[in-house]
Amino acid sequence: MKSSLIKSTVIFLGLFFLYFPILVLIFYSFNENKRVMVWKGFSLRWYNELFNNEQIIEAFIISIKIAALSATFATILGVMIGYSLVRIRKIPFKSFYIFLSSTPLVLPELILGLSMLLFFISLNNVIGFPSSRGQLTIFISHVTFCIAFVAIIIQARLTDFNKNIEEAAMDLGYNYTKVLYKITLPIILPSIIAGWLLAFTISLDDLVVASFTTGPGANTLPIVVFSKVRLGLSPEVNALSAILMFALIIIGLFYFYFNKKFKH
Amino acid sequence: MKNKLFEKYFVFSPYFWLVLFFFIPLAIIFKISISVSEWGMPPYQDIFLFDNGFKINTTFENYVYIFSDYYYIGSFVNSMILALISTFFCLLIGFPLAFYIATSNIRLRNILLVLVVIPFWSSFLLRVYAWKIILQNNGILNVILLNLGITSEPLQLLYNQYAVIMGIVYTYLPLMILPLYGYLNKFDLNLIEASKDLGLNRIKTFFKVILPLSIPGIVAGSLLVFIPVVGEFIIPEMLGGSDRLYYGKILWEEFFVNRNWPGASALAFSGIIILVLPIVIFQILYSRWSQKNEI
Repeated sequence: MKSSLIKSTVIFLGLFFLYFPILVLIFYSFNENKRVMVWKGFSLRWYNELFNNEQIIEAFIISIKIAALSATFATILGVMIGYSLVRIRKIPFKSFYIFLSSTPLVLPELILGLSMLLFFISLNNVIGFPSSRGQLTIFISHVTFCIAFVAIIIQARLTDFNKNIEEAAMDLGYNYTKVLYKITLPIILPSIIAGWLLAFTISLDDLVVASFTTGPGANTLPIVVFSKVRLGLSPEVNALSAILMFALIIIGLFYFYFNKKFKH
Repeated sequence: MKNKLFEKYFVFSPYFWLVLFFFIPLAIIFKISISVSEWGMPPYQDIFLFDNGFKINTTFENYVYIFSDYYYIGSFVNSMILALISTFFCLLIGFPLAFYIATSNIRLRNILLVLVVIPFWSSFLLRVYAWKIILQNNGILNVILLNLGITSEPLQLLYNQYAVIMGIVYTYLPLMILPLYGYLNKFDLNLIEASKDLGLNRIKTFFKVILPLSIPGIVAGSLLVFIPVVGEFIIPEMLGGSDRLYYGKILWEEFFVNRNWPGASALAFSGIIILVLPIVIFQILYSRWSQKNEI
């Protein structure tokens, strides 16, 4: 049929558009030549240089550390928000609560970054802390804007599942805390994991907010990469891209696995 | 009684965090935006003065300053236009994709959906960087154009507003497709058949049946693309040239280069009021409305 031909073509072109740049990046990461665009032959040279580049390795470790910590905090707080919004009736100033928990989703990163930086500077003027910015301030900022993403996933999950299960457990003599730990949390566990993975990836990938709130000894991976490619190309970044894309896509697949799990 | 304590703990822990680390920072931006600027560190005066009795020392000059200078207004308008064009192209590419994915059989649908969203998971910065490689003077696109004989010498594809639009459409496309798919997925395919049976041709079916029913998805997707693009800083910085200034860039420079903190804060706060506030109000009203209808 003519219409199914159009359909396949559209889908094929769409996927081609989405994957072509990623494939180009991976292809050039195997280029022997120092001049990125001139193909000289297949080589793993830049992967080798990458693993010996202390600046990049150090930045990678810092980024992973910040991402893991901020994802964990954001997940705990995000689960609390999601739970509160769906299951707890009495929230003081509820509109304000919703405002606080959803605005970071739509606020341009640049404005968020600027507000965090000015906040830390003002805080330092008032109480003398934090005396310098660094990993701690990036961590706090990342938690703040990741909370909203986790909250939305948890909220969706809790709205979906039947409250009767919790009530039945309550009728059978479970107290409030026990219902939460034995019934509610296990049921939403896949969504919690999905939320953590999303927060982890967002933190790992963030450049703008980190640029504002960074300080000595806190060059995260995106900051280092950006400084290398802002004005030109870098063969080491090509090698890094290939590895990072691969790793992040695996994380993405896990996210889908966990987020989908609850639908059945 | 124990429940109460528990609920309080759940509500107030994130409440406390967000007030401290989100609301107060926004309030500080507002405070600095109405402060009198001066040379020094920090480059603004306190808004409360106590030297000769209590005095409030505020000004709207920073807002007057940015709203009367074409440099700032023009950049903001540039960003709005950029966001409009990019949103339009995302819609143009995203709509048919979302539509055809939603009308595929269920197995294929899930696979395609994951395939479309997975690039979104890979690093944002590196996806922009990939376009820098593709659009180079001796990059792959120029090589193809030269070999096809479409052009006789390499075109300058990078460092202009077209490259910026290209990069934005590429990186934000999944944000358009997801909500569109969400709505099209719920859509009863029989409606299309019915409209054909009733004698409407393809084009009429599209404009009278499919398009009106997907309006909520189009609105949601467009907002998800439009708002962050207005504040976008990285893509114009990597792919753009000096032909056009954008909101993100001047905000950055006002703060880091000109060291005009009150001016940068006024820019940021204006951005919040113009872009974000309408949506947040809409969202709160909507969630209240849907809650009421549930009860």
